[in-house]
Amino acid sequence: MAKEKKGVRLEHISKIYQDPKTKKEFYAVHDTTLEIEPGSFVTLLGPSGCGKTTTLRMIAGFESPDEGEIYLGGEPINELTPNKRDTAMVFQSYALLPHYNIFDNVAYGLKLRKMDKEVIKEKVTNILKLVGLEGMESRMTNQLSGGQQQRVALARALVIEPGVLLFDEPLSNLDAKLRVTMRTEIRRIQQEAGITAVYVTHDQSEAMAISDKIIIMNKGVVAMMGTPQEIYYHPNSEFVADFIGEANFLKGKITELSGSDGAAEVYGNRIELHELKDRRVGDECTLVLRPEAAVVADEGQLPCDVILSTFMGSYQNYHVMVGDTLVKITDFNPKTKKIFNVGDKAFVKFDSGSIHVI
Amino acid sequence: MARSQSKELDRKKFFADPIMVTTIVVLIVFLTLFILYPLAILLVDSFVTDKGMSFDVFKRILAMPSFRTAITNTLKVGFLVGILSAAVGLLFAYVEEYVKLKTKVLSGLFKVISLLPVVSPPFVLSLSMIMLFGKAGIITRYLLHIYDNNVYGFWGIAIVQTLTFFPVCYMMMKGLLRNIDPSLEEAARDMGASRFKVFMTVTLPLILPGLGNAFLVTFIESIADFANPMIIGGSYDTLATSIYLQITGAYDKQGASAMAVVLLMITLFMFIVQKYYLEAKSTATLSGKASRQRMLITDKSVTRPLTAFCLIVASFVVLMYICVPLGALFKTWGYDFHLTFKWFSQVFTKYKGLKAFKDSFVLSFISSPITALLSMIISYLVVKRSFRAKGFIEAVSMLAMAVPGTVLGVGYIRGFSAGVFRTGFLQSLYGTGTLLVIVFIVRSLPTGTRSGISALRQIDKSIEESAYDMGADSFKVFMTVTLPLIKDSFLSGLVTAFVRSITAISAIILLVTPKFLLITVQINEFAEKGSYGIACAFATILIIITYTAVTLMNIFIKHFGTSRAIEEN
Repeated sequence: MAKEKKGVRLEHISKIYQDPKTKKEFYAVHDTTLEIEPGSFVTLLGPSGCGKTTTLRMIAGFESPDEGEIYLGGEPINELTPNKRDTAMVFQSYALLPHYNIFDNVAYGLKLRKMDKEVIKEKVTNILKLVGLEGMESRMTNQLSGGQQQRVALARALVIEPGVLLFDEPLSNLDAKLRVTMRTEIRRIQQEAGITAVYVTHDQSEAMAISDKIIIMNKGVVAMMGTPQEIYYHPNSEFVADFIGEANFLKGKITELSGSDGAAEVYGNRIELHELKDRRVGDECTLVLRPEAAVVADEGQLPCDVILSTFMGSYQNYHVMVGDTLVKITDFNPKTKKIFNVGDKAFVKFDSGSIHVI
Repeated sequence: MARSQSKELDRKKFFADPIMVTTIVVLIVFLTLFILYPLAILLVDSFVTDKGMSFDVFKRILAMPSFRTAITNTLKVGFLVGILSAAVGLLFAYVEEYVKLKTKVLSGLFKVISLLPVVSPPFVLSLSMIMLFGKAGIITRYLLHIYDNNVYGFWGIAIVQTLTFFPVCYMMMKGLLRNIDPSLEEAARDMGASRFKVFMTVTLPLILPGLGNAFLVTFIESIADFANPMIIGGSYDTLATSIYLQITGAYDKQGASAMAVVLLMITLFMFIVQKYYLEAKSTATLSGKASRQRMLITDKSVTRPLTAFCLIVASFVVLMYICVPLGALFKTWGYDFHLTFKWFSQVFTKYKGLKAFKDSFVLSFISSPITALLSMIISYLVVKRSFRAKGFIEAVSMLAMAVPGTVLGVGYIRGFSAGVFRTGFLQSLYGTGTLLVIVFIVRSLPTGTRSGISALRQIDKSIEESAYDMGADSFKVFMTVTLPLIKDSFLSGLVTAFVRSITAISAIILLVTPKFLLITVQINEFAEKGSYGIACAFATILIIITYTAVTLMNIFIKHFGTSRAIEEN
């Protein structure tokens, strides 16, 4: 549907803000370089204050970068005002125009482009069908539910066929169930429209479900960029591992190495490792173990003491101590398994392939 | 760290919007020329004499015993009026918010009281005060049989100003009390405090900055008030009337300039304290919205004296307003109570009433839409945009609030009678209707701007951003999004500007030429002469005009306003 899918490139972008209280300047975004492929769905993910919204607002043109250049479809756009940029944003608060009905809200951008009345009508009708709001043209915005308002905001952004669609935490005002439905909807509509999308959220499951690529930001810099699988299975830092899903960290030392395989010593136990890169024997390393990748058993790689054991229905939730490290384990389908109780001595058991070394 | 690139980019983006740049430039020129420049010229005038820079003019006016008395008079009246208005206003607000009102009459009276300062010409109460308590006053002469009561002077001004200004305090305090979370007071009650103790230890400390704020606002209003001291002051001169007399009586324009500077310094000081110290404090302590309904006081030992007091004050005010049309209907007030229409007919046959109404109406009618639009544009720029001259625009339009009309009037005389800086530039403006319209605009701009700013602050920034993002430029955003969203505020700004202009006197009386007959100036003239019948007839018609305007606005807002559209759903 879009005239032309456009990619976005950020080259060494920095944004400096001043703390209103201390008057100290700090980097909200620091030396960020990104490449967003045309037609892809990319999510900026990170804790609050990491610079993700600032980055998005710089792409939209509401903020000006202090260093670097932003390119949209190969053209530098630093000097363009938001109304001259080929972007459309879906706001966190939806930002629908309360004095217009649904039709006029969606038609607003088209009218600004001085399109023919007939063309506008057709485009609006089509787009409302796409977002599932056909027949609601004459309703006022306050007669809609949160989810419907969200759809109007999406339709309004889509209808002007922007080169890039920008989302600023669009689902954070919806209840949990609707959030899940809407994220699937947004993904479907983006795919159907075949449009480039940049999406900001702090909700990691939303990011996982919706994105082709996730960019994790922390304190103004890109911590990691990759597909959801890369980020979940091969995080490049403790921050990324901890931010996406839950993770246990075990400190160890590389003891053996042959090609990309090897082993590490953790609290005097030998742990087999794979997919090692650029490591040497004697190196300190951190082993990442996801809670769902391990079980508590009578035998395994790491001896442990159970200090918490809670039945959660679909899984048994364990906290165990391996040496002086707390390890959380979610053991699924506990009905058929032996349940360990607080105070029991046991072993942490896992497949060596599920360990990731950082 | 260098933020130069973002500043440079913001600058480029800013200049990519020619309509906005032009608007801002025009605004800056307007504010500089018609607010800053007249005040600056006063300073120049009072410091620069033939002999160069000196304090001679100040020395001269301060040596006048009458001027020194006028300063103390003004401050004394202002102080008392400030305290009385704040106290009475607080009492009214407290009764409305905390006391269970049994009768509909009282809540109706409250509504009237809150509407009065909006529609009332400034000197109506002085007129009726004289008619009730003066030598021929109904109450003094016929009820109390006092034949030589003197209402003129300190107490006359103080009472009339308190009754004129306390409704403003009442509205301010009502807003504050409404924002107190009832659980705070309930917690204190729960720990064993009596009602009085709760008021003294919880409620009062919470609203104290707000009360100080109300006091200062009234203080400034009282000091700046020209019309009431003029009519009921008698020989008791205040600064505003002294300045007027210095120009119209003594033809001492330089002395008047220096006096105006003194008056301006006083109001400016008060205004800065009020604006930057108390206002911030009074809202900071009460940021929360009331979480639920307050338990109203039903205890009769509390409710009875409080409601009785409010009832007496409110009825008294209403009685004073009723006096005005009655004064126009009686043959000779105080002596001959036969009904007659002769005053009304004389207004039109003998005193060119029609021309007066036409002139006043047309000038106000032209100035009010300009004022309303300007104030909305200023509010939009101040709240929603960031650019370098923003601080200037905001400060100068707020400054106009602290400038007494008389000061502005003298500034315009000095600043434009011989052209800008006596060069003859814009001299042709002097004495024209255009200048009167400009004065009306400048006088009403701060009120409109303030209401526009508070309306705009409630609109989510992203609504305008979304329109901007869709491709609208600043002008389009303002016309299609901002203005429709604050149309209630725009409309009430329009009517307020109209009412303020048509009832204005302080600045305009110094600038009006024989070419224009203005109602307020006529009322003032006839009241001065003691022709209360004619003055009342003029005032009655004026009140009818303003009341109609306000009623029309309320009806319009009720049927087409945004608040209604939202309520319906």
